[in-house]
Amino acid sequence: MTKRMFVKGNEAVCWGALAAQCKCYFGYPITPQNDIPEFMSKELPKRGGVFVQAESEIAAANMLLGAVASGVRAMTSSSSPGISLKQEAISYMAGSELPGVIVNMNRGGPGLGDIGPSQGDYFQATKGGGHGDYRLLVLAPGTVQEAYDLTIEAFNLAFKYRNPVMILGDAILGQMKEPITPKDPVIDDSEVHNWCLDGAQNRPSRIIKSLYLEDGALAAHNLKLAKKYEQMAQEEVRFEEFLTNDAELIVVAYGSIGRIVKTTIRKLRQAGHKVGLLRPISLFPFPKEILLSLAKAGKKFLTIEHNLGQMVEDVQLAICKFATTDFYGHLPGNLPTPNDFEQPILNSLEK
Amino acid sequence: MGRVEFLENLCKGCLLCTEVCPKKIIVQADRFNKQGYKVVEIKPENMDKCMGCGFCSLICPDSALVVYKTVQEQACA
Amino acid sequence: MKEKIVFPKPKVLADSPMHYCPGCQHGTAHKLVAQTLEELNLVEKSICIGSIGCSVFIYNYLLVDTVEAPHGRAPAVATGVKRAKPDKIVFTYQGDGDLASIGLAEIVHCANRGELVTVIFVNNTVYGMTGGQMAPTTMVGQKTTTCPGGRCREREGEPLKMAEMIASLGGTAYAARVAVNNIKNLKKAQKAIANAFKVQVDKLGFGFVEILATCPTNWKMTPLQANKRIEQEMIPYFPLGEFKNCLGENQ
Repeated sequence: MTKRMFVKGNEAVCWGALAAQCKCYFGYPITPQNDIPEFMSKELPKRGGVFVQAESEIAAANMLLGAVASGVRAMTSSSSPGISLKQEAISYMAGSELPGVIVNMNRGGPGLGDIGPSQGDYFQATKGGGHGDYRLLVLAPGTVQEAYDLTIEAFNLAFKYRNPVMILGDAILGQMKEPITPKDPVIDDSEVHNWCLDGAQNRPSRIIKSLYLEDGALAAHNLKLAKKYEQMAQEEVRFEEFLTNDAELIVVAYGSIGRIVKTTIRKLRQAGHKVGLLRPISLFPFPKEILLSLAKAGKKFLTIEHNLGQMVEDVQLAICKFATTDFYGHLPGNLPTPNDFEQPILNSLEK
Repeated sequence: MGRVEFLENLCKGCLLCTEVCPKKIIVQADRFNKQGYKVVEIKPENMDKCMGCGFCSLICPDSALVVYKTVQEQACA
Repeated sequence: MKEKIVFPKPKVLADSPMHYCPGCQHGTAHKLVAQTLEELNLVEKSICIGSIGCSVFIYNYLLVDTVEAPHGRAPAVATGVKRAKPDKIVFTYQGDGDLASIGLAEIVHCANRGELVTVIFVNNTVYGMTGGQMAPTTMVGQKTTTCPGGRCREREGEPLKMAEMIASLGGTAYAARVAVNNIKNLKKAQKAIANAFKVQVDKLGFGFVEILATCPTNWKMTPLQANKRIEQEMIPYFPLGEFKNCLGENQ
């Protein structure tokens, strides 16, 4: 039986990356994710890996671009303002079809905001914070175990789709400690050698780029990328359903907020209230089908986020044929507790 | 003894080669290539002055000329 | 009597014509890099980091594995590639806008960390591809589309001397400035580029070569006038030479 570990969410991400055989990590200090570069600076070199503290988040993201262009598993992490700086490189990785893994421990915004939790980066993460029609596959862990598991998934999905993948956590998840059960995943990157850069030895030289100037070339390239996003929507949707069957009201919430809401729902269920939770784990691709089927079944909806309303738009889009969703936004800067969500849920239930 | 072969379709008429030729035998021709650049040439009567130093091919940004140099046969045993 | 070709064109250089303007010395710089890669037998383990500027199409001409870096970020991309694959020969090819302006932090820190990569820096004092705007290396008094009255010291400061700056950094093992405006300088440029790769091969540290180059189109000069400007205006301000060389004997 593998030994369980009691670790912070930030460290769980690192253990997941190591389990996924991440070879290179490029980081830069920013609260609340500092444990990640600190951990990697200690643990990666011991395992023959590479740690570089870059001069900026921009440089770190571009180092990531370089490392994955050579076919190696690599990662960068930051928090909100740092993730904004990485957007151009992320767009290039999407355009150049490169499997970079990017971790964002979301903090309060906009601007300097605060170092507390927030979900204010949902649009940036899921609608593409950089330029051009591209999408990131975005996974939102709600527990420290999920932070570990989804990081392993992130590497596999990045290489499967040759597309950047983002782990979207927040300050709660990053700083919270919980026991995790480590895994020993099987890694198969064999087909990497068909595209990575490793020196043109008895083969023509390879080019990894996102510039397409010839007539129709960029259009064709965008269609190729779009196919990937459709495949993701078919194969990579992940969510948790909790007590939704007999529920009158479905609360939709993700990440740490989803988990806090779950406690509220348990409490309200004991008081006889018929409420359930739909917790998206993949934010892109968004779990539209399950929401539509719940709406068709006549459920009421309440979206709860730690921002002024972002995912609520995607929920509304998903259910618009049959229902409309209420919204409760816990304000960034305020640390949420289960009882904060009781009244909003009851209000929506009575409607 | 040397000679120069001009790949006229690659030439852009920048004339940098005319400056470095020690014998000053590369001159602008009055012909244009497909791209509309006025190419260079060595007048046939001057070709024998070429010593095959290759300076023109060194300076050319577009590898638009090939320089040949005659070499004595090694006296084989 | 047998004939042999003098200075044959490097095989790693494509036969297709290059898009560069007449007299633009990017072509010359490409050829020198290609020659060096072949002479030092590095072609098959080379990875080029292209940058954004006139040389963005370098991968069409220099037939080595290439990744396109966002504007100014080639030294960071090179760091990622070299750290991931230390046995490969990694080099960037950048212009003055890319390296000395938006990418200044990346080049300085890449050199300061002593990354075992080589940087080929082509300085033609303007942003070429975008139509001749002022660059950090634009000369005082030089007119460009964004300093139409000529660069002035009080408002824009003086042109950045990159070779000296890079030479001052601990991680740098080789830093030189060269020109390709005449055969004498060109031959020195060949040696300098070879040295900048040798410090990578010998794992001595960061290698850097600044190549002064013409931009006839954006200088609004003929190629021959532009070439003269290298001698008359640029070399006096941007002196040629080796500013740091840790190679010791095997130069």
